[in-house]
Amino acid sequence: MTDATHHHVPDRLTTPLQRTLKSWETLLLAVAIAIFLVNSFASPYFLNAWNLSDATFNFTEKAMIAFAMALVIISGEIDLSVASIIALTSTAMGAAAEVGVGTPGIVLIGLAVGLACGAFNGALVTGLGLPSIVVTIGTMSLFRGISYIVLGDQAFTNYPASFAWFGQGYAFWVISIEFVFFILFAVIYGVVLHKTNFGRAVFSIGNNPVGALFSGIRVKRVKFILFLLTGLMAAFASVCLTSRLGSTRPSIAFGMELEVVTMVVLGGVNILGGSGSIPGVVIAAFVMGLVTFGLGLLNVPGIVMSIFIGLLLIGVIALPRVWKQLRQARS
Amino acid sequence: MMPQLLKSREAILLAAILALLAIIASRFPAYVEPGNLINVFNDTSTLIILAMGQMCVILTRCIDLSVAANVALTGMVVATLNTLMPGLPVVAILVVALVLGACLGAVNGLLVWKLQIPAIVVTLGTMTIFRGIVFLISDGKWINAHEMSAGFKDFPRMEIAGLPMLSWIAVLVVICFVVMINRTPLGRSFFAVGGNPNAAVYTGIDVGRTQFLAFTISGMMAGLTGYLWVSRFAVAYVDIAGGFELEVVAACVIGGISIAGGVGSVAGTLLGALFLGVIKNALPVVNISPFWQLAISGSAIIIAVAFNAQSSRTKGRVILKSAEHTA
Repeated sequence: MTDATHHHVPDRLTTPLQRTLKSWETLLLAVAIAIFLVNSFASPYFLNAWNLSDATFNFTEKAMIAFAMALVIISGEIDLSVASIIALTSTAMGAAAEVGVGTPGIVLIGLAVGLACGAFNGALVTGLGLPSIVVTIGTMSLFRGISYIVLGDQAFTNYPASFAWFGQGYAFWVISIEFVFFILFAVIYGVVLHKTNFGRAVFSIGNNPVGALFSGIRVKRVKFILFLLTGLMAAFASVCLTSRLGSTRPSIAFGMELEVVTMVVLGGVNILGGSGSIPGVVIAAFVMGLVTFGLGLLNVPGIVMSIFIGLLLIGVIALPRVWKQLRQARS
Repeated sequence: MMPQLLKSREAILLAAILALLAIIASRFPAYVEPGNLINVFNDTSTLIILAMGQMCVILTRCIDLSVAANVALTGMVVATLNTLMPGLPVVAILVVALVLGACLGAVNGLLVWKLQIPAIVVTLGTMTIFRGIVFLISDGKWINAHEMSAGFKDFPRMEIAGLPMLSWIAVLVVICFVVMINRTPLGRSFFAVGGNPNAAVYTGIDVGRTQFLAFTISGMMAGLTGYLWVSRFAVAYVDIAGGFELEVVAACVIGGISIAGGVGSVAGTLLGALFLGVIKNALPVVNISPFWQLAISGSAIIIAVAFNAQSSRTKGRVILKSAEHTA
């Protein structure tokens, strides 16, 4: 016992510089730069402003959802219904366009449907206290199912010309409107998560929901808002995607929820909740976008790319753990 | 005894299925003829087999989203094997399917056991990897009926006592799981690990190893289904059983397997799968567009899980009240 008093107690365990260098975001950034360099050597078409601009469409829509999803996962929940929310909102917007609603009306209807979907998920999870993974597996079938009931094997394609602005427009030079929205949302979600009371509440709920409740956080209300936000972001992604494709089929964005979750986890968010950062998710979005774009330039089929994404997801989580186990075994 | 039986989730589910059948029968009596019911069961067999494996995984607080991709991969491998060696007997094909499926499941299990990566992340990853490998093996091409040998295709259709082999295998699998879950240390350890992992450790159960075995069993069932699926539909391609993993999870959830682990039964899982099967096969009969099926199974999941939570909540309240009275 007396020995303890002689121990030198450092006022901080690591210097800020060390911490930055060892952080997940730095590792991910190194991966992103490595992929960028490999790509520029592997294909002569890679380092071209317009090609790189096209590449951003690979991840901007998914990343918008990933920001909201990151908050949901940090709070200890998950939303697997996002791709189906895209399908349902796109169907609603297509139906509105079919009866002659103008672009602002179409977008408003889309966002409202997304909010309604998020509210439905949120009410089931917080109101009835159901596990979010099961609820959203259910609503995943339900939301897309409604699209199938409405559309069957048909498609909505009568979008007004001005609607194309969201997915096909450019702010200036090669910077697309979608990319501007991506940056905008990244900043908003970064500030909300890391600089506000709401963000601190999200972290504390993820670490200890009961503790959060006893420290005066309205856990259910915060979670409900998170599901609302996810619905809203899925609706916004739906606006962009529908505008870019110019058509709605019930199979739109099928399987995208898995790519969004992959992006969030790759970005260093703990799937069990409690930790994570928006900058991490932003870099993960670039990593995934660069991988798919680079492989695309090398004529690798999409399904083979998914092998790389899957390996990336498992490898990026497994490697630090293997490293830690090896170090523990040695000492 | 009787009120207990009425309260049990299996009894309610059975009543729901019978009520569903009665409603359909009132308009379309042909649906409940034995011949058609056998068809419905046969059509649900693959779902039942996969749900049994998934049940073990969910009992241990994990989830296996890679089962459908495992089905596609094993199916493609055995179909390719069949085109290369048409003389290979079905028994050998079955062994290959079971072993390969178990190996793929073991990959999931090892990552969960040795590296403690959350199961949902592992199986999300392997799900896309397995599907990608199917593409690499097949080069995106289909293996069609005329490329498969007659023995390979006929096995699941072989009728014994009026029931096709596919159904018999499902029956056999259910019996095996009843014995395994209720009568073996492994089966009981699934409940122990899911119910309270910390306590399980103190009773000498290796939590990670038990989860590994659950994944291996789930993979083995997926492998078996892979062969049955490909031979039954006489076609193998990259996208077979696409999205089927969610239907499998749905069958478990409807059957009362708690996603939080440790709660559930073989009978419940069987009934959950049959419930979905009855609905799926009834839609064309009652002249509802098949496009409704997705929305209906989604609603069924939500209602089932809401119902589940509601019944467990009232139980909690009753205990609290009686505790207050005694105090």
